[in-house]
Amino acid sequence: MTTKLFGERVERREDGRLLTGAGRFTDDLAHDAAQAAFVRSDFAHARICDIDVSGALDVAGVLGVYTYDDLQGGFAERLPLLIPHRDLKSPRTQYALARNEVCYAGEVVAMVVARDRYIAEDAAQAIRIEYEPLPVVVDLEQAVAVGSPLTHSDAADNVAAHVSEMKGDVDGVLGSAPHVFKWRFRPERSASMPMEGRAVFARYDSGQDTIEVYDSTQAPTGIRAGLAELFELDWDRVHVIAPDVGGGFGVKVMQFYPEEVLVPWASRQLGMPVKWTEDRREHFIGSNQERGQIHDVRVGVDAEGRILTLDVRFLHDTGAYCPYGLIVPIITAAQLPGPYRLANYRYSFWSVFTNTVPVSPYRGAGRPQAVFVMERVIERVAHELGLDSLEVRRRNFIQPDQFPYDVGVSWQDGGPTVYDSGDYPGGFQLLLDSLGLDGARQQQAEARAEGRLVGLGVGCYVEGTGIGPYEGATIAILPDGTVSAATGLSTQGQGHETIFAQIVADELGVPLERISVTTGDTRRIGFGVGTFASRSAVVAGHAMLRAARSLREQTAKLASTTLEVAVEDLVFEAGAVHVRGVPEKSVPLGRLTLVSNPLRYAYGRDARFAAELAQRAYAKADRPLPEGSRPGLSALEYYSPAAGVFGFGMHAALVEVDRRTCNLKILRYVIVHDCGRIINPLIVDGQVLGGLAQGIGGAFYERIHYSPEGQIQNASFMDFLIPYATEIPPVELHHLETPSPRNELGVKGVGEAGTIPVPAVIANGLSDALGVPIDHVPLSPEELFQILHREPA
Amino acid sequence: MSVPVRSELQRVTLTVNGAAQELEVEPRWLLSDVLRHQLGLTGTHVGCEHGVCGCCTILAGGRPARSCLMFALQAEGLEIQTVEGLASADGTLHPLQEAFRRHHGLQCGFCTPGFLMAALPFYRTAEGMSDQELREALAGQLCRCTGYAGILQAVRTASSIARERGQA
Ligand code: FES
Ligand code: FES
Repeated sequence: MTTKLFGERVERREDGRLLTGAGRFTDDLAHDAAQAAFVRSDFAHARICDIDVSGALDVAGVLGVYTYDDLQGGFAERLPLLIPHRDLKSPRTQYALARNEVCYAGEVVAMVVARDRYIAEDAAQAIRIEYEPLPVVVDLEQAVAVGSPLTHSDAADNVAAHVSEMKGDVDGVLGSAPHVFKWRFRPERSASMPMEGRAVFARYDSGQDTIEVYDSTQAPTGIRAGLAELFELDWDRVHVIAPDVGGGFGVKVMQFYPEEVLVPWASRQLGMPVKWTEDRREHFIGSNQERGQIHDVRVGVDAEGRILTLDVRFLHDTGAYCPYGLIVPIITAAQLPGPYRLANYRYSFWSVFTNTVPVSPYRGAGRPQAVFVMERVIERVAHELGLDSLEVRRRNFIQPDQFPYDVGVSWQDGGPTVYDSGDYPGGFQLLLDSLGLDGARQQQAEARAEGRLVGLGVGCYVEGTGIGPYEGATIAILPDGTVSAATGLSTQGQGHETIFAQIVADELGVPLERISVTTGDTRRIGFGVGTFASRSAVVAGHAMLRAARSLREQTAKLASTTLEVAVEDLVFEAGAVHVRGVPEKSVPLGRLTLVSNPLRYAYGRDARFAAELAQRAYAKADRPLPEGSRPGLSALEYYSPAAGVFGFGMHAALVEVDRRTCNLKILRYVIVHDCGRIINPLIVDGQVLGGLAQGIGGAFYERIHYSPEGQIQNASFMDFLIPYATEIPPVELHHLETPSPRNELGVKGVGEAGTIPVPAVIANGLSDALGVPIDHVPLSPEELFQILHREPA
Repeated sequence: MSVPVRSELQRVTLTVNGAAQELEVEPRWLLSDVLRHQLGLTGTHVGCEHGVCGCCTILAGGRPARSCLMFALQAEGLEIQTVEGLASADGTLHPLQEAFRRHHGLQCGFCTPGFLMAALPFYRTAEGMSDQELREALAGQLCRCTGYAGILQAVRTASSIARERGQA
């Protein structure tokens, strides 16, 4: 029997090339292509008075220098708004090259193309731009205050949108609740920071009027459709390929970044291949960020800590532009209640422009903020009422028999937010058992007795994953018996080549080594959506399942004629179709592909074999290729989920603050995690642990620090501190598997899960250790120092 | 403001993965750029170009070095090793590479060549290191994907793969 690969700890198919230096990232391609460099605004807000490019044109080796005035047609219009929303009254996106006003430091003003990057940068430096500085707004509260400087000089105010929704009767319950508390929470701005920056390589072929673009993007299908429109070319003439991509975490989902339009455009202008690879400083000032919000919360509770109502008003910093619409604050609002039952819940948010790098989702996408707020509320409620916060959580959990559970506010796809399945009290108990609560508390007590600052932090979350609209998969059996599968979304390290191959292998009975999976190549499949929102395994996974199943049916039909047995008697195993109970009667899948293709000119040994079979296969037909059949064995199917699926988890950490250095030390970290049925535990563990590391960065190290003038003060890895291995603790990881009833495989997404609760967990732990409320993240040793020296320890 | 003048090409002989190659470089060209774009050895990645991430780590004279912080001219006379030289000619993975595969020590793979080269000089002693020692030994390399767990396990166990093979 072929063993099922679903659920197996299978080593990854993609590792071979990546381990040997044979991976192909965008900058690894085309060393002889012309190279682009960009001039970016030094000012956070300014009018462009004059641009003098003559100095650049004098540099030997320069091929082209471009400013806004060189753009025509669609290229001269503002870049598209990706996700419009009815409440987004004042959307604003940027021009590919700034027109007459720059609204953040880093906005692209001019482009140089030269023989190599060194020369391109020389020339970029020689461009003189005369600016007239305009008032700058960075602070979120200031931005909504009367008389604030304007992010865009022609706007009436800085508010892009105001959205509010309510479930139940918030005001009534606030009026009658035994206790009402008011708090403010401030998650601050951070960034995805993949190790590979963005990169674009475009090759325009004037003879064929086609353009091929390699793009380090999470969503190549959208880039392709958008470029086709801008270039006014048929889809067939535009292809976008995401080759190996060195991490994404959200920042590479855009349509478009200016460079994604300009590099292909320049390739056509110049009639030659052009490449651009972002450097790290460019990434800091020119690639999207996220997380900055200010929440004002009112909570009504009873004496036992049951939350009767929650009223949240928050400001969401969308940066200078809002290409991604309102997705991030909508997710924050919908996911804020998390695993807790809130009969009366209201949110109101204002999405606010500031003169900073634009905001779009970063791993977690609004959820780390939501969980931070909710979990701090729980802790503070418990503290105010003199209750055990663990018990307060238990009292408020949605119970396992309450699914499907309707949160009562809208989800990011516009539909209701309805949880499909979960077991929050069970997960929580597993967490406390794994931690060994009594032991942990004793450890804490002993440490405290020695004068050490040790605290216990806990945090729970629910993560909506696997949203639509759809993904597709195409799978073919090749004549040599290998199976070639492709899906439109791209891969940035998630192991798609492996997990999709596992699904296909099970369905077709083909060994994993004989299956190749291509992602993110519109030459293979043009329709698809992208890799974000923890959706790939769920949505593309089921597309693969469907395509494999349809291919199996097709193959079975052909095999049944060929082998002269009923379809029901066929077994797919070891790359062949066998007749049940007759071991000697079987046909390899590759042969069936040959059989399906009645050739005039046969070639090769297999072809001769196939010719014999083909006669049998189509013996009763009235023509070589009977009606309803087609040459080759392949299938193309799509999967569109009716609704998202909701994973969950809970983390606990024992943390210590070093009194001398005020540094954070994580003594223990325990994770319980549930993403439904697991396709590959190796990969799921990796996703969760990688997410955790990013969460720790977001909790303590990684704050994008803006000056009031709108300049990022820490735009390098020297100053923006991504954790090394020394900052990440060993982790104890436990899985639950509550299958999703909403899909056949029972899977839920996992990509963002590990990151989401971490800032809340660390903040809760530090708050416990120091005995003071902590109401913003990321923290830093400097702040802990201030807290320690403010409070007598 | 004067236009920067392009510097003259200079001859240099680089010995990379055992093979000496003569080429012409500008004095300002970084070793990382020359490895990648002149020699086509694109396994050496560039993540920050300012010496912090370690993606560009190679061995120069047997010791880990940031190829983004060296000019190609400075590499003259040094034995340079890059990730491309790790596996055997027949494609058999080096024990470190094999260990990374077994323990899921890579996701996107962008940081991986740097980790492999950084660990190469010391992995044989990694088994005996404490968790903290091993973390510190690798604390010149950033990985944004894995959370380091698989990497640490891989480096720790690579020498056992070498032994397995020796016994086979
Ligand atoms: S690229 Fe050299 S250390 Fe980052
Ligand atoms: S595997 Fe992606 S950065 Fe390490």
